[in-house]
Amino acid sequence: MEAALKERQDQIHRTGDKPFALVCNKDSLAGAVSQRACVFCGSRVVLYPIADALHLVHGPIGCAVYTWDIRGALSSGPELHRLSFSTDLQELDVIFGGEQKLSRALLELIERHSPKAAFVYSTCIVGIIGDDLEAVCKKVAAETGIPVIPVKSEGFKGNKRAGYTAACNAMARLIGTGDTTGISPHSINILGDFNLAGDIWMIRDYFARMGVEVVANITGDGRVADIKRAHGAALNVVQCSGSTMDLARLMEDDYGIPALRVSYFGVEDMAQALYDVANHFNDPDILQRTRELVREELEHLLPKLEFYKQALTGKKAAIYVGGSFKAFSLVKAFRLLGMDVVMVGSQTGTEEEYRELATITDPGTIIVDDTNPLELTGFLEETRVDIFVGGVKERPIAYKLGVGFCDHNHERKEALAGFAGMLGFAQEVYASVMSPVWRFTEHYQSGDRA
Amino acid sequence: MTKNPKPNYISTTNACKLCTPLGAALAFKGIEGAVPYLHGSQGCATYMRRYIISHFNEPIDIASSSLSEKHAVYGGGPNLKLGLLNVTKKYRPKLIGIATTCLTETIGDDVRLFLQEYEREVKGDKPLMVRVATPSYSGTHMEGFHGAVAAVVDSLAAALETKTSTVNILPGFVSPADIRYLKEVVSDFGLSATILPDISETMDGPAAKKYEKIQAGGTSINEIGNMGANLATLEFGHTMPVESGGAILQQRFQVENRRLPLPMGITASDRLFAILTRISGREIPDKHGKERGRLVDSYVDGHKYLSGKRAIVYGEEDLVVGLTAFLAEIGIIPVLCASGGKSGRLAAEIAAATADLIPEQPQVFEGMDFFDISEMAADLTPDLLVGHSKGYSLARKLDIPLIRVGFPIHDRMGGQRIQHLGYRGAQHLFDQVVNAMIARKQADSPVGYAYM
Repeated sequence: MEAALKERQDQIHRTGDKPFALVCNKDSLAGAVSQRACVFCGSRVVLYPIADALHLVHGPIGCAVYTWDIRGALSSGPELHRLSFSTDLQELDVIFGGEQKLSRALLELIERHSPKAAFVYSTCIVGIIGDDLEAVCKKVAAETGIPVIPVKSEGFKGNKRAGYTAACNAMARLIGTGDTTGISPHSINILGDFNLAGDIWMIRDYFARMGVEVVANITGDGRVADIKRAHGAALNVVQCSGSTMDLARLMEDDYGIPALRVSYFGVEDMAQALYDVANHFNDPDILQRTRELVREELEHLLPKLEFYKQALTGKKAAIYVGGSFKAFSLVKAFRLLGMDVVMVGSQTGTEEEYRELATITDPGTIIVDDTNPLELTGFLEETRVDIFVGGVKERPIAYKLGVGFCDHNHERKEALAGFAGMLGFAQEVYASVMSPVWRFTEHYQSGDRA
Repeated sequence: MTKNPKPNYISTTNACKLCTPLGAALAFKGIEGAVPYLHGSQGCATYMRRYIISHFNEPIDIASSSLSEKHAVYGGGPNLKLGLLNVTKKYRPKLIGIATTCLTETIGDDVRLFLQEYEREVKGDKPLMVRVATPSYSGTHMEGFHGAVAAVVDSLAAALETKTSTVNILPGFVSPADIRYLKEVVSDFGLSATILPDISETMDGPAAKKYEKIQAGGTSINEIGNMGANLATLEFGHTMPVESGGAILQQRFQVENRRLPLPMGITASDRLFAILTRISGREIPDKHGKERGRLVDSYVDGHKYLSGKRAIVYGEEDLVVGLTAFLAEIGIIPVLCASGGKSGRLAAEIAAATADLIPEQPQVFEGMDFFDISEMAADLTPDLLVGHSKGYSLARKLDIPLIRVGFPIHDRMGGQRIQHLGYRGAQHLFDQVVNAMIARKQADSPVGYAYM
């Protein structure tokens, strides 16, 4: 296999090879064809599912058009988030400044859609021409009476993680402005689930069965009014490593709300998440209900998983996802199916997370930060996996190499969280790995895959 | 029909255009051994890759100079060069096609100068470098596409002594299947052609044993070098910038530039075939004559299902012209033709292509988004939409069929295999359109006919 570029070699580690060391959270290397997007992308994906807010992208058309309706984030009510709003800056706006246009666009859209709040995303160009978003937003907020919040997401000001922070800072301006009367002491906010394919509805149902009140979804199926009163919750339950952790920290500092890190993917982590929440409240009834819930769900799920486990045992998997926290759960979920993970990486993982991955993966497993198509190709050719878990940009790489694929990114349309999601995941993996189409590929015919 | 004024909003909702560098990246992708490279922040390249992959279901590696804040302040030259080195090392490309972005255009990076410095500073074999200015606040992806084609011709076409009998074809942004068709037609006329760009294989490759770093295929650099010595240029489309690839070849090398509309439908395809007949001195090959004959036969067979049906057409301007001409000649009434582009020529081109086919010209508007189209659609009572996937929500709202053409096709398989051009493309489109109308009639009938 061809070596990675010299500057990238310290972003690749093999479990057990040497003491753990991995460089991460640095700017993508020029010319390396990173799979990462930009600051704007980080902000946009986090705030996107807030369904009754106006999301206006202040910039030329590209940034808005490439993020139009791209997430599988569902709403149980309004769907304003699925529209793509832009100021579509033109040359003259760039020369003379875009503040006027922004202000008029905001007023026009707020009048048209009556949103509960507006987020105004800054793009590269806005950072250069120096439009004062703060001032425009303040003026429009005063005129319209809704919160109008600038999101400082200039594309070049860091990587995707910086965008998560900008999104959290924007949401922090909403939190604390709503009425918290009547919120139960056994209450939580769900942070870091984006309700892809309805995931959060399943999770909320679990909490409801446990007797725990959910104050705000941050941000899947999210609502401005809920986020405004999120500071009334007793606990923040945070999924996904990078995206909303900053907000949890802010809320801990400002409102003393403790945070729990969880994952809703895979049986073990899902059950653990519910038990952690139950234990936090230390209420025997909640704990009892949680035990019953987990038992019921597992009694239902485990026999169904057996079929998939039999078919998939011994198969190999590779993972490349946005945040590496999700990768922990995926490693465990594959183990439950009898499969081995031999490569795992992420766009925005932290050192702590990669260290943890090195602990839980088998010797020889490749761990990689901010990789690119050529490296991925090399890893897949070397490891000869049966399935690759990633997003749209990873899919053609897998398919060209005759490898199965499972979309575990924000475009997916299949629910993969919760106990039911584990079954969905098994079905997804099975559907690709066991498909008869591979036998026609040259990889299969030459014995690369069996 | 009452003419409504064009909606005039400050904000854009659900744009009917893409940004300039995306078009440039796609055009570069149609050159053999080329890697597209965006000089800007990392996100642009990644977003465009995602958008393009979802249509073609093919890998597309677009490199980026991945500028960060300090580069935005002090200039992107060092990162541009570092990126070029890294791409050269890893991909061994024959050509790197460099397109700028709004960021680098606004901070005033002088890419020409950076490339001259790079030429001096870096020893050894280097790939060819072609650069195009594509600020995304100016024009749409089509300006980027045509700009890249013009830049390639400008940089690589050379003056040659001997004239060839090869024809240049600059087809614009058409599908890989369309390019394959054009090659077949040209070859059936006994001609050789240089088609620029040629994404027929690079963006629609077969399953293979070995993963190609740069997908095989594309217009060869040698062929591009010879374009100035070729017999003539056929350039499809009338709404591109004046400085087009065909115009450059004509000005600089006196290669006659024949601009014709995208050959969509019989009338426009006849023009292409007539030119090829004249150039080759051969009659229309029997195969294509018969395809035309079958197409006419099917027009006749199906016309009753189509007569008077009302269509909204949207997308890139030249595609909209071609589609409108095709729809008009099968008896459909185009009621609204919309594009996010702003060439200023859309209405005139549509009028020229349809004047003798329809009693009244459709409403034609440039600079439209899907909010505008949707708002107008309510009064127009259309029977079908014709355009790319992004009109789906409107089709769903109106409960009418969407005939998927062009780019992007994000909600069906096979966007890269859609045929638009020539008699074969018209046949494909005709079957799609007529069957959509028959299916609707069948579904709407309370009887449940299995015989329509």
